[in-house]
Amino acid sequence: MSPTPIQETGSRAPKSQQSLTIARSAGDEAIGGTVTASINGQEVKVPLGTTILAAAEKIGVRIPTLCHHPDLCVAGVCRVCVVEVEGQRTLQAACAFPITSPIKVLTHTRKVRQSRRHVIDLLLSEHYGECYACGRNNNCELQGLAKEYGVDFFRFGHPSKPKYEIDRSSYSVIRDNDKCVLCRRCVRTCIDLQEVGTIEVAGRSDKSYITTFKDKPLGDVVCINCGQCINRCPTGALRANDPTDEVWAAIDDPKKHVVIQTAPSPRAAIGECFGLEPGAPLTYELNTALRMCGFDRIFDTNFTADLTIIEEGTELILRLYKALVGKDANIALPQFTSCSPGWVKYLEHFYAEYIPNLSSAKSPQQMFGAVIKTYYAEKHGIDPKDIITVALMPCSAKKFECNRSEMDDSGYKDVDYGLTTRELAKMISEAGLELPKLPKSDFDAPFGTATGSGVIFGATGGVMEAALRTVIELVTGTKVESLFEKANIIPVRGFEGVKYVELPINEVGPVPDILKHLVPDWNWLKGATLKVAVAHGTANAKKVMEDIKAGGKFSECHFIEFMGCPGGCIGGGGQPIPTSPEIRSARAKAIYAEDAAYEVRKSHENPDVLTIYNEFLTDGPCGHKSHKLLHTHYVPRGKYIE
Amino acid sequence: MLMTDRERLAGEIKALAEKHGNCRTALIPIVQEIKQKYRKVDDFAMQVIADQLGIHPVEVYSVVSFYAFLGSAAHGKYIIRLCRTISCDMQGKERVMRQMENDLGIRFGETTADGKFSLEWANCMGMCDQGPAMLVNEKVYTHVTPEKVHEILEECRRSFGVHATEQKEVYLV
Amino acid sequence: MSPLPTFSTMAPEAGLKQAMSLSRPDIIETMKQSGLKGRGGAGFPTGMKWNFAAAAQAAEKFVICNADEGEPGTFKDRVILQEHADLVFEGMTIAGKAIGARSGIVFLRGEYTYLRPQLEAVLDKRRKQKLLGKDILGSDLEFDIRIFMGAGAYICGEETALIEALEGFRGEPRNRPPFPVNTGFLGRPSVVNNVETLASAACILQKGADWWKATGTANSTGIKIFSVSGDCEKPGVYEFPMGITVAQLLKEVGGVGAKAVQVGGASGLCIPASQFKRIIAFEDIPTGGSIIVFGQQRDMLDVLHNFLDFFVDESCGQCTPCRLGNRKLLEGVELLREGKCSMAYLQELCALGDTMQIASKCGLGQSSPSAFLSVVKNFREELMGRTYSHV
Repeated sequence: MSPTPIQETGSRAPKSQQSLTIARSAGDEAIGGTVTASINGQEVKVPLGTTILAAAEKIGVRIPTLCHHPDLCVAGVCRVCVVEVEGQRTLQAACAFPITSPIKVLTHTRKVRQSRRHVIDLLLSEHYGECYACGRNNNCELQGLAKEYGVDFFRFGHPSKPKYEIDRSSYSVIRDNDKCVLCRRCVRTCIDLQEVGTIEVAGRSDKSYITTFKDKPLGDVVCINCGQCINRCPTGALRANDPTDEVWAAIDDPKKHVVIQTAPSPRAAIGECFGLEPGAPLTYELNTALRMCGFDRIFDTNFTADLTIIEEGTELILRLYKALVGKDANIALPQFTSCSPGWVKYLEHFYAEYIPNLSSAKSPQQMFGAVIKTYYAEKHGIDPKDIITVALMPCSAKKFECNRSEMDDSGYKDVDYGLTTRELAKMISEAGLELPKLPKSDFDAPFGTATGSGVIFGATGGVMEAALRTVIELVTGTKVESLFEKANIIPVRGFEGVKYVELPINEVGPVPDILKHLVPDWNWLKGATLKVAVAHGTANAKKVMEDIKAGGKFSECHFIEFMGCPGGCIGGGGQPIPTSPEIRSARAKAIYAEDAAYEVRKSHENPDVLTIYNEFLTDGPCGHKSHKLLHTHYVPRGKYIE
Repeated sequence: MLMTDRERLAGEIKALAEKHGNCRTALIPIVQEIKQKYRKVDDFAMQVIADQLGIHPVEVYSVVSFYAFLGSAAHGKYIIRLCRTISCDMQGKERVMRQMENDLGIRFGETTADGKFSLEWANCMGMCDQGPAMLVNEKVYTHVTPEKVHEILEECRRSFGVHATEQKEVYLV
Repeated sequence: MSPLPTFSTMAPEAGLKQAMSLSRPDIIETMKQSGLKGRGGAGFPTGMKWNFAAAAQAAEKFVICNADEGEPGTFKDRVILQEHADLVFEGMTIAGKAIGARSGIVFLRGEYTYLRPQLEAVLDKRRKQKLLGKDILGSDLEFDIRIFMGAGAYICGEETALIEALEGFRGEPRNRPPFPVNTGFLGRPSVVNNVETLASAACILQKGADWWKATGTANSTGIKIFSVSGDCEKPGVYEFPMGITVAQLLKEVGGVGAKAVQVGGASGLCIPASQFKRIIAFEDIPTGGSIIVFGQQRDMLDVLHNFLDFFVDESCGQCTPCRLGNRKLLEGVELLREGKCSMAYLQELCALGDTMQIASKCGLGQSSPSAFLSVVKNFREELMGRTYSHV
């Protein structure tokens, strides 16, 4: 064993679950740093420290896994991936065994097969419920393993009654421990990937179980509803709180006018529920499907995404104006985006003192709800009490958001139901529709037009890019294309955890009409440098927030985009399962492709947005009416619970 | 709990955290000391500990629930832990258990209504040559017989008072 | 009066003084030459372990004394700590010099809290005597020892679980590799040695590798401390040479006529009378020193039930084979007791035991079915009477 320097991982994951910290010494790198492993007699050259699992994957040898997940640190607890390593008495977990010297591995000997079968049999002996009465039927990793290993009877029995009560206390996430296989992916997701720390293992031995702080209901503890745990649960132990029955009931009620808005991320991912490869958007097929399901109107959330940009951008300009020109020390900067309800609740819990920094603009979902039950209702002479607004979102936290008590500025519950991508896919199947084969059709007026800016809200960096496209043009008076080719602001794109960009404002233009009532001119911005940052996933958000608290470079920023989920909305907790960096990247690609195809790609050029300011929000962005309907306030929640 | 009690507890935890290094390695020692003093680690204490060590309350709960000697629930002034492992079992721990349950009127896993005694099982406590063995708080008793149970309980009752949980010398019968 | 003659006859600090006069490689070489293997039960060569840790480059290293003696039927470490704490601390200091560590930690099991004041007193005394702290014995060696109290978990006897507990986590074993000698406590190279191993190391440094090797067998050198309990006349702590037969041992402790002997505690092997000629050594029956004697009157199913109850309770619960496998074995014993276990199911359980031995994450799960498998193998007749097929 060569000397190995310490590698600080910085990971908060339980130590037992991050053993792959074996560091490579400089010497290893110098000699190429590779090692040859023989897997079932086939040789493969891999970098030192590569796991057996990764090496096998490289040559197309499939090793089954359960507790392993590409987004998470290693666990090595389920023991499904055990393999034989020559010279070792015991089998080794392929997901956890780093190759540091030439080894010979056999992946399906009798011992290996028998062990895997036993592990599966043991898990089934504790797994209450029947597959056909489970939301994960046909998309369950335990079921898949049972099939793969030919399980045709319960060797060690099968529970006849449940052991746990189902926790339905949360608006967003339902926990059913009877289906839990203790793979701990949810724990690693919550503590390590998201650093929220809602769930952990309690107890020990066969009495251990996944739980919240002091076994309190999920709705009562610190949880941001991001649903990332759901996306990574291999079974049906974690699922979203599903309102499809209520939505069907509204559709079936002739008195109700059921309106649905669809967000860009679900459209880029829903094909996965119908067997398509990730990254095949079905935006217009979906419109047809929704009509066939019986929704009365189908609107594009991108409309309010554009509206959000105008409101949030104006708010930013006002903050900067008051701070820089008015020298008002009470103005909170940097301004934080507020469209991700997971992030908003994270801030309310962990950094409540920074609530003034949050943009008061509502998220696009909530703006839409308020606009539909006021402007739309008025315009079409429909009594808002008969309108049911449904939101198709990639997100489980949106279910919580629409139930926030302050979200009733229309005089009614602005958004009645939040549906996830998975839930809508189920409704479409229930309606007997084969989504990918449906003809395309358009959104309904008056919110049918959207811009590319609204679409890219779905990916991390998208809100920032949309905001920059607008702010740059409004302030400098020059086309953003003259600064960034095809208006693609590449520096804020991509999956890097935290991105930081500086944009010098060399020239300023005339103040556009829409903002004339707020600022007299732009001269005060001339020569300034706009500093912005983008963070996705609350673990990265935490890094930025800690830096701000310490007075670091992010505290100098003017505007920061935060998204609660890794990858942004395309990786949301309501998206199709499974998820992985590759899948999220394919979805993001689809979104940027959609953006590129739009004729209008800047929020402030959306004609419907301009119409609403002319007809309804007549005192302009951040005006009185917009404040009442499109802006909100937040609740300092703190970390402590009773 | 009154606000002032909470403040005092939070202050104590802060001091303990500083004494043990203010990082996660301090977790078990802090819980041990709080538990020793208050005979429980309540929700508030766990949240303060978590805050102090920069971890999440659920992580504290997770650790506390793992270890037999930490459990968050309140226990009696005297925790009696009777060894149930093989050698003590062969030397008659069953009858000692029954007598203990008879004398205290509770079952193993329970605490008396007056909060004075808790009965718990222990796995091998390293007194196999002198079984049946049991711990009363930190004090070890060996060669325990059903008859001696009563004496031991009486001895505990006699020592109720300010020094009740004070450490005593090892007492090998 | 200590029941441990070898440890009792050691001259105070002679091993440490010898170590001070040797270079680090020479200390390790002495340890390697002695052939000492870990006394906790796993039997990893101590010299090799020290060598790995010595070779690892790090700003900080640790020597950890594993005093989390929890194996059913084991209590020799308690006696060693009560009677020969100086020898243990001396061994730790020697290990500190050998691997280049300045910190030592004694992980003392919670059940032994009553030993702590006495051990702290010994540590204080050693600090005053310049045997701990800076400039030990006038040299530039710096080493100090602190005590960490365990909180009641058998699994913390497993070295990586112990480290997890030290770090403030659940005592759940880590994936290996990497091993603690490379990535141990706080990610630093750490040597985790059993109490007896460290005391033995101090003896070896004092008397030399050849002296140690003169006792025992080729692969299991030196003396071994045994904890003897169960159906015998003289239970207690004994020192015997490695390689002693089970029969010889029984004669010494007054256990002649036993039906079976459990060697190595609940995770060890159950040896029937017909195999008492076998030797206790890493070549044949390995042990951490636990000897439990079963008289003729004992029902082996009751014994198994007790062991499996223990493992069901003490499994950390993270890996599937151990978490659920032990429960299935326990339920199997209950079925056997009630005469409800078919032969086919018993075979299935034995196959499950085989799986647990090779597929569990750590030594607990890998060794917990040993007793079940050896009782089923060696006492088939006793179990058979109660077994009838449902077919």
